[in-house]
Amino acid sequence: MQILLFAGVRDAAGCDVIEVTVDPPATAAMLIDAVAAQVPAAAQLIGVSRLAVDGQYVAGDHVVERGDAELALIPPVSGG
Amino acid sequence: MILIRLVQSPIELSDWSSTIDDPDTGAHAWFAGVTRRKTTTEGGRVRITKTLHYQAHESMALGQLQQLAEQAMRTYSLAAVVIVHRLGEVPLGQASVLVGCSSAHRRDAFSALPWIMDRLKADVPIWKRETFADDSTEWIHP
Repeated sequence: MQILLFAGVRDAAGCDVIEVTVDPPATAAMLIDAVAAQVPAAAQLIGVSRLAVDGQYVAGDHVVERGDAELALIPPVSGG
Repeated sequence: MILIRLVQSPIELSDWSSTIDDPDTGAHAWFAGVTRRKTTTEGGRVRITKTLHYQAHESMALGQLQQLAEQAMRTYSLAAVVIVHRLGEVPLGQASVLVGCSSAHRRDAFSALPWIMDRLKADVPIWKRETFADDSTEWIHP
């Protein structure tokens, strides 16, 4: 599954989208852990990030279907 | 009336002030968040900011801003809400965000502004990267 990356995580990964593979049923928490394993330099930041599915935050136990249109890893925000 | 925009150019209040006009309102309130030069760290060290750069998950940010504007309209009986956030480089003294709202009476408009800003800062997927006077950079992830 492809996950969009932003801000500090994007810089640490060196790319704006990352491919992760998790055995189904894949929860949001499992996907976040998979990203952390691939980007260890930002593991701490990824650990406090949230997953968004189609523009909405989901809880860690949310099961992500393969057909879900867009997955994004949202590190703590700092707009304003 | 709700107006949500992400822009790449300077935000001028005069460009937006009429957007919350409504003949049945008696209160118009505005907040502008502006790039600040000095930041004091928890350890008491003063860091000097040269400039800020904002990045967003734009489609999600627009959706989240729309949702919180709708909540603010209901919670504070607002007639209008406008939220404008700038992306890209925002030099010192310039506005990164402008929030305006109008209501029949002042208490609702006054109360809505911090409510909107607190939620924007908690949930809307926008990030700032500071460039300091020594040219070091840092993404802000509170």
